[in-house]
Amino acid sequence: MTDERFVFTTSQKRNLLIIGLVGVVLFVIGVVALMMGGDHETASHGADTAGHAVETGSHGSESGQHGGDWLKRVYANLWINNVFFGGIALIGIFFLAIQYVAQAGWSVGIKRIPLAFGSWLPIAGILMLIIWLVTSHDLFHWTHEELYIEGDPHFDPIINGKKAYLNTPFYLARMVIYFSVWYLFYRWIRKETVAEDLEGGAHHWRKLIGISAGFIVFFAVSSSMAAWDWILSIDTHWFSTMIGWYVFASWFVSGLAFITIIVVNLKERGYLSIVNSNHIHDLGKFVFAFSIFWAYIWVSQFLLIYYANIPEESVYFVERLSSDQYAPVFYVILIMNFLFPFLALMTRDAKRHILFLKIVCPVVIVGHWLDFYLMVTPGTLNEQGGFGFLEIGMALVFGTAFLFVVLSSLAKIPLIAKNHPLLEESMHHHI
Amino acid sequence: MDSGKNFLLGIYEDEDVLLSAVTKIRSSGLKIHEVFSPYPVHGLDTVLGYKRSRLPIAAFMFGFLGTTLALVMQSYMMAIDWPMIIGGKDYVSVTFVPVTFELTVLVSALGMVGTFLVVSNMKPWGKARIFDIRSTDDKHVMAIDLDENKATVEQITSLLNESGASEVNNKQFDD
Repeated sequence: MTDERFVFTTSQKRNLLIIGLVGVVLFVIGVVALMMGGDHETASHGADTAGHAVETGSHGSESGQHGGDWLKRVYANLWINNVFFGGIALIGIFFLAIQYVAQAGWSVGIKRIPLAFGSWLPIAGILMLIIWLVTSHDLFHWTHEELYIEGDPHFDPIINGKKAYLNTPFYLARMVIYFSVWYLFYRWIRKETVAEDLEGGAHHWRKLIGISAGFIVFFAVSSSMAAWDWILSIDTHWFSTMIGWYVFASWFVSGLAFITIIVVNLKERGYLSIVNSNHIHDLGKFVFAFSIFWAYIWVSQFLLIYYANIPEESVYFVERLSSDQYAPVFYVILIMNFLFPFLALMTRDAKRHILFLKIVCPVVIVGHWLDFYLMVTPGTLNEQGGFGFLEIGMALVFGTAFLFVVLSSLAKIPLIAKNHPLLEESMHHHI
Repeated sequence: MDSGKNFLLGIYEDEDVLLSAVTKIRSSGLKIHEVFSPYPVHGLDTVLGYKRSRLPIAAFMFGFLGTTLALVMQSYMMAIDWPMIIGGKDYVSVTFVPVTFELTVLVSALGMVGTFLVVSNMKPWGKARIFDIRSTDDKHVMAIDLDENKATVEQITSLLNESGASEVNNKQFDD
C-alpha cells in the first residue's frame, strides 16, 4: 500500500480563509445593522423587553435595552456554533470508536477523517470555557445569584431545588472534565493509530478496541450530561428526558454528514484510492438512517409533551410555535432534516452517487445547525432573536475554522492506515 | 410461467467451479434458465447478468399505500364519521403519527412478502418447480432450458462436463 497523504495546499487554505473572511464581513455587517437599527427596533419592542426584564431578573434592568440586544445575540450565536461544532468534533471520535468496537472492516479506508475531527476538541473546550465565563449571565438564567436567596423577590424555589446540580463550580468542573477526558481519549487513539502505522501488527488494533469501548462508556454518559448542561439548562424550568438523545442525534447526523462530505470531496480530488462506491453507499446509509433516527427522537419528544399538555412541559413548544420568527424554523428543520434526506437518499443509486450526497449532506448540516439555533435562541433571546447576516457570518467563521483545523490535522498523518489488520477487507468491500 | 418443460441440469460441487462455469457457458452463447444453490453464492447474480431486483419499488409503493390508508382511516374515523375530541386536541392532529408509522411499516412489509411470493411462484395456488432436491443440501444446480437453446443435448452435455459439472441429468416437467 502506498503512503497516501493528504496535502492541504495553499490555494485550499486561501479559499477557506476567503470564506472565513466573507463570514467576518457578513458578521460585522449584521452587527452594525443591528446597532444602527437598534434604537428603532427596541422602541417598538419596548413593552416586550420591559416585560422580559422581570423574567430575566436584575440583569435586564442592568444592561438596559439598548446596546445589550445585539451583544446578547452575538453571545447566543457563539454558544450555538460552539456547541454545534464541538459536538461534531466529538462525534468524529465516537464514530471511530464504534468502528473499532464493532471490528468493522469496511470503514478502514476512511478512518483518518473522523480521527482528524478530534483536533477541534481542545479548541472547542477552551472556547466554550471562555464563552461561558463571559456570557453565562446573559444566556443562563440559573446563574443569577438572587434566585437562590430566600426572601428575595426573585427567589425561585424550583431553581433553588436544582442547586445541587446546577451551580457554577460544579458546572465548570463538569465542562472541564468532559473536554479533558474526550481530548485524552482522542490523543490516546491517535497515538495508537500512528504507532500502528510505524510498527504494524495486530496488537495496536486490539488495544484500540479496548480504548474505544472505554470511550463509548464515557461518551454515553457525558454526551447526555453535556446536553443537559449546555442546552437543557438554558430553559431552566423546562425538562425533557429526551434531550440527551435529541442533542446526540442532531450531533451524530451532522457529524456523519461532515465525514461523508469530506470523504466525497477527497475522493473527487483523487485521494482515497481504496474508497469506492460501496464505501460511499455505506456512508450514505448512515446519513439516511440517522436522519430517520433524529426524526424518531424528535417525534418522541414532541408527541408526549403535546399529548400530555402539561404547562411546564409544553411551554417549550408554545414559545416556538406561537412565535412568528421561530415557527417557520420549526417546520423548516423538519423538512431539511427528515423529509428531504428521507426522500432524496431513499434509493440505492442516490446513496452511491456522489452528486446526491453533495446536495443532501450540506442541507442536513445546515438543517441541524438550525436545530441548535432553535434549541438555544428562544430560551436566551426570547422574541429579540433573529436570523440574518450575523448568524450566517458567524456560522461561516466557525465552519471554516473547524475545517481548517481538521484538514491541517488530516495532512499530518498518512491518509490510509496501511498496517490496519482489516485493510484488505475494506479494499474488497462489496455490497 | 415458463415455456420450457425439458431441462438439462448440470450439478456442481464447488462454488468457484460454478462461477467460472456460468461465465463459460454464457460466453458460449447458451442461455441459462436458472442456477440453484444451497446458500447465497457471492457474485453469482453478477456473472449471471441479472438486473437488480425491483422489489424496493414495490416496497415504496406499498409503504406509500400504508401511509395513505392510515391517514384516510384515522381522519375518517376521528373527524368525519364520529368526530371525537380527545384530550382537547384537534380532530386531525399529530397524534396520528404513531399509527401512520406502524401501518406504513406493516403494509410495506406484508406487501413485499406478498410480491416476493408471487414473483417467485411460491403463492398458495402456485406450484414451484423443484429441479433437484439436492440443491437444498450440498449441490449447486444449473438448469438449461432445452427448448430455448438451439444446441443439441449432446453439445450442451459436453459443455457442462467441460465446465466442471460432476454429473449432467435430464429433467422433465409435466405441467
